[in-house]
Amino acid sequence: MADLMSLFVKTVFIENIALSLFLGMCTFFAISKQVKAAFGLGIAVIVVLTLTVPLNNLIYTYVLKEGALAWAGLPESNLEFVELITYIGVIAAAVQVLEMFLDKYVPVLYNQLGIFLPLITVNCAILGASLFMVEKNYNFVESVTYGLAAGVGWALAIVLLAGIREKLKYSDIPEGLRGLGITFIIVGLMSFGFMSFGGILL
Amino acid sequence: MKLTGKEARKLLFDPIVENNPIALQILGICSALAVTVKMDVTLVMCAALTTVVAFSNFFVSIIRHYIPDNIRIIVQMTIISSLVIIVDEVLKAYVYEISKQLSVFVGLIITNCIVMGRAEAYAMKNPPIRSFLDGLGNGFGYSFILIVVAFIRELFGAGEFFGIPVMPEWYPVNNFLLLPPSSFIIIGLMIWVIRTYSTSQVEENDNPLKAHTFKPLTVKKEAADG
Repeated sequence: MADLMSLFVKTVFIENIALSLFLGMCTFFAISKQVKAAFGLGIAVIVVLTLTVPLNNLIYTYVLKEGALAWAGLPESNLEFVELITYIGVIAAAVQVLEMFLDKYVPVLYNQLGIFLPLITVNCAILGASLFMVEKNYNFVESVTYGLAAGVGWALAIVLLAGIREKLKYSDIPEGLRGLGITFIIVGLMSFGFMSFGGILL
Repeated sequence: MKLTGKEARKLLFDPIVENNPIALQILGICSALAVTVKMDVTLVMCAALTTVVAFSNFFVSIIRHYIPDNIRIIVQMTIISSLVIIVDEVLKAYVYEISKQLSVFVGLIITNCIVMGRAEAYAMKNPPIRSFLDGLGNGFGYSFILIVVAFIRELFGAGEFFGIPVMPEWYPVNNFLLLPPSSFIIIGLMIWVIRTYSTSQVEENDNPLKAHTFKPLTVKKEAADG
């Protein structure tokens, strides 16, 4: 249990998926003008990551990994080269299913998330988390924790940035730096801030 | 419509400064940051991405009339991921060390928005050769930013160029630049430079206070004296 707690804290703060690993940056810059929208997107990312990382973990362990098909009588199989296409398929399918499920049973949440759900399929944070999960050899329980923590970390980062950008509207910025330029520099400074978590020993 | 040399040049070189995918379209930023510590790694990444964008544009454009509208994203995804798998296997076979350093970022080309964005915005509406050139051009625009960032980071951060020490002895290396966040700041400043020259890219001022002019508070002379 303590292991899982430390994995959670490590993934949220020290290896924050947005500010330390720089994943999901396109949506991170595009949808961080208002805290409200950023929050909705953050929740959607948490849900999708918590679903897809464990799912991909199961697929990797029981189908793709070298020798994983032993239960089907194929001990020499190695399907790792179709890894990428499988994960993207799983993510696209999971997002689609989640969308239909929410539409039918939780319409309130569905309406709030709106356009953000389909956007998430092409968010690199989702695919990236699955790839890191494989690279770091997590087991099933760890992958659930990792998915959840990666989502929480990303959501935290985008809400923080949106908060800063809402205030930034009132400041007097040089013309060429306005909008995208200053946002890049702010994210850089935030990222330096998050690096200080790197000193935490768990 | 015949493709003239002038148009081809426009397709190829416009995305480098005028319509840069990273600096203006906000596409494909993720990998721009994580792979720019060293020049050689960056060059391999740029080559991989340019290949994938160009060919995915080409193939999407060839079959664009046969793709049903409502499943087009999945079709594009399949084409792109197949290309990325090929590139990944080639890199593993020929430049194994660098492909290890790139780790997951080659796989992440699939979700790199430049590839999806160009397939969706350009290749779905234009003939194959043009789309191919557009893909190449956007690949170059991406490479331009990455190479400049990598050059600055490697030269001033490590005092090296392609791993060869070039800075004189007295230069103290700035380790600050080797840290990943510094690339955000470099890109931010590059955007500033680009937009100073090409003023049409400057974003609108949405400051709600801009209508007011701030005059310094004038204190009446007598009151101040008294």
